[in-house]
Amino acid sequence: MASIPLFRRGMLRECWEFRGFILSSVKRDFVSRYLGTQLGFFWAVAQPLAMIVIYTLVLAQIMKPTLPGHQSRFAYSIYLCAGILTWQLFSDLLNRSVGVFVHNANLLKKVNLPKLALPIVVTLSALSNFAVITVLFIGFLLAIGEAPGSSSLALIPVLVLVVAFAIGLGVLLGTINVFYRDVEQSTSMLLQFWFWLTPIVYPGRALPDFLASMLAWNPMWPIVNFAQTIFLEDRVPAWSSLIYPTCVAITFLLLGLFAFRKLSGEIVDEL
Amino acid sequence: MGYLRVRNLGKAYKRYPHKWGRLAEWVGLGVRHELNWVLRDVSFDVAPGEAVAVVGSNGAGKSTLLKLVSGTIRPTTGGFEAGGRIAALLELGIGFHPAFTGRQNAFMAGNILGLPSQQIATLMGEIEAFAEIGEYIDQPVRTYSSGMQVRLAFSVATVLRPDILIVDEALSVGDAYFQHKSFDRIRRFRDQGTTLFFVSHDTGSVKTLCNRAMLLDQGVLLRDGSPDAVLDYYNGLIAVQRAEYEIRQVEGDSGRTVTRSGSAEVTITSADLLCEGISTRAVRSGQPVVIRIHLRAHEPVAELTVGILIRDRLGNDVFGINTFHLDASSSNVAAGEAMAVDFAFAELNLGVGSYSVSTALHSGDTHLALNYDWWDRSLVFQVVPGARSGSIGVCSLPVTVEWRRHTIGNGSPIAAYSADGARLDLPSSANEPDGMVAKPRTAANRDL
Repeated sequence: MASIPLFRRGMLRECWEFRGFILSSVKRDFVSRYLGTQLGFFWAVAQPLAMIVIYTLVLAQIMKPTLPGHQSRFAYSIYLCAGILTWQLFSDLLNRSVGVFVHNANLLKKVNLPKLALPIVVTLSALSNFAVITVLFIGFLLAIGEAPGSSSLALIPVLVLVVAFAIGLGVLLGTINVFYRDVEQSTSMLLQFWFWLTPIVYPGRALPDFLASMLAWNPMWPIVNFAQTIFLEDRVPAWSSLIYPTCVAITFLLLGLFAFRKLSGEIVDEL
Repeated sequence: MGYLRVRNLGKAYKRYPHKWGRLAEWVGLGVRHELNWVLRDVSFDVAPGEAVAVVGSNGAGKSTLLKLVSGTIRPTTGGFEAGGRIAALLELGIGFHPAFTGRQNAFMAGNILGLPSQQIATLMGEIEAFAEIGEYIDQPVRTYSSGMQVRLAFSVATVLRPDILIVDEALSVGDAYFQHKSFDRIRRFRDQGTTLFFVSHDTGSVKTLCNRAMLLDQGVLLRDGSPDAVLDYYNGLIAVQRAEYEIRQVEGDSGRTVTRSGSAEVTITSADLLCEGISTRAVRSGQPVVIRIHLRAHEPVAELTVGILIRDRLGNDVFGINTFHLDASSSNVAAGEAMAVDFAFAELNLGVGSYSVSTALHSGDTHLALNYDWWDRSLVFQVVPGARSGSIGVCSLPVTVEWRRHTIGNGSPIAAYSADGARLDLPSSANEPDGMVAKPRTAANRDL
C-alpha cells in the first residue's frame, strides 16, 4: 500500500470551510439535550451543581474526611471537585470520540464532509460542558472565600494537554471501533477502572509504595494532580511533572492521526 | 466549470473471510482479504451543461458511481476531476433532527452542504418560499408529514445552483405537484448550464431531462449514448433477464408469482413478441407487432380458443381478446399437433411502460368452461416512447388537433373563456364562425 502522508494539505482548510457545520453541531448537541424541557438551560447548570453540592455537603461535611496537610474544612471538597472536573473533561472527550464515526454513519455515507470535523465537534461540545461546570466551580470557590488566584491560568496548558491526549486516543479507538465495535463497549468499562486508578477521590499519598510506583505510569495522574494543586494550594506545580503526560499525549495524537489517515477511506466502506 | 472527467474509476470493497482477518492484517500478518469489485474501470467525460442519466438494474453500481463522484467514498482505482461546485442529493433530509424546527434544521442541512450560516440566513426566504410549508417552518420537524420534510430538504439542498448536480433517485418522493416543481427547478438549473448526473429508474424522466444516458451492468459501463438507444438496449437486457427468470420459476414449480393452471390437453410452449419478424422485448409505442403463441396438443380437442390478456405493471387489464371473439378458433385439433397462433397488431398503441401478456387456451368464449392452459405473465415487454411520444397513460390513442378561429363580422369574439378555462356565456349571434378563441386548449395538455 502506498504510504499516506500524516498530514494532507487542505485537511484543516476543509474543516474551516465547514465551520458553519461545526458550530451548528456543537450548538445542536448542547441544545438537544434540554430540548422539550420547560427549564431548558437550568438543567445544564443543575446537574453539575448537584454534583458539587453532593461532594461538598455529603462527602466533605458529613463524612468529614481529612486531607493530610490541609486545615480548611473545604479542602477535600476542592480536591475532589478539581480532580473530577479534569477527569470529566477527559472521559467525556474519550467517550464521545470513540463513537464519533459510528454514530455519524449516515452523515458520512451520504454527504461529502471532512471527517476530521467530527472530532472537532466533539472537542468543542465537551469543552462547552466543561466551561459550564468550571464557572459553577469557580462560583463555589468564591462563595467559600477560596477565590482562585493567578495560578489558575496555568490550567490552560493542562486543558490543551487533556484535549490532545483524549482526542488522540479517542480518534485511534474511534477508527478501530468502526471495524470492531467491541472497542466502544470496552472503553466505558476501561474508563471506570481508570477513574479509580487515578488519585481523584483519594489522595495520591495514601497509596502504598508499590501501588504508587505502578500508578506512576498513569499519565492522568500528573494531569489531575496539577489541577488539584492549583485549586487547593493556589500554586503552580513543577512543570516537569507534565513532561511524561505530554509525551504520551503526543504519541497517541500521532497514532490516532496515523490510524485515521490510513483507514479513513475504509471507514465509509465499512459503516 | 461543470465538466466531469472520469478515468478508470473502480471501486472494490474488502471482504474478510474471517472476522479477525482485518486485525491480523493490521499487525502485519499479510493480506487476508479478497476484493469484491462493484465498479470496474469506468471512464467517461461529461461536458458542461450535459444531462446524463445512469441506468441499470439493482446492484449494477449506479449508486457507487454517484457516491464516488460526489466524494463520499474513495475510489480503489482511477480517479476523477470535476470543475466547480458539486451538490449531491444522495438522500434528502440528512441531518434533520425531529425535535428541532424546520428553520433550525434548514440551517443544519445547509451547513452540512458546506454553506456558512450567514449565507443560509440570506437564502432563508427563498428556501421557505420553495418548500411551501408556511407556518410549519417554525414547528418541530416531527410534526411534519413526510412530504413536507422532503420539500424542505429539497428546497435547502437546491437553493444554490451548483455547477454539477448529482441526484440519486431522490426525486421519486413527494406528491405529484412537488415532483413537478422539483423537476422544474432541475430543468432550470440544466438550462442555466448546470451539469446533471443522475440515477433513475423512471424512463420518462430520463428521456425528458437527459441528453445522454449510461448503462451500467455488474459494475461495467456497458453503453454510453443517446437516452433512446441506451434505454432500448437496457429494456432488451432486462426483458431477457426477466423472461429467463420467469421460465425458471415455472419450471421450478413455484406457483407463487406465476400462475399456471389448466387441464393440459393442450399446453402453451412459449409466447413471443415479434417486431418486424424479430423477437424483442422492447417496442416503440405505435409500432406494428405480433404476439405469437406456440402450443402443442397432447390429446385431441374438438374446439380450441387462444386468448391473450395484456396487463400493465400494476396488474390492471389493458386489453384482452381471444380467437373465439375474432371468429378464428380452431376445431378438431389432433393429439401431438404443434401450432403457432399470431395476434398481429398493426399499431401497438400502448403508452410507455412495462406490460405483461397472459395467455390462455380453452374452449368456448371464456376459460371458465374448459381451461386447458392458463399462463399468467408468460411474456413481459417494455413500451418505449415512439413517434407519438409525450402522451401519458396506458394507451396511446391516435389523435389529431385542429384549431379553429371564430369571428363575426366586426371581429369581436363569440366564444370567450375565463382564466380557468370555463366558458363564459356571451350573447352570440354568429353565423360565420371564423374568428378567435381566447383560451385555446389542446387535447394533449400535460399539465392536467
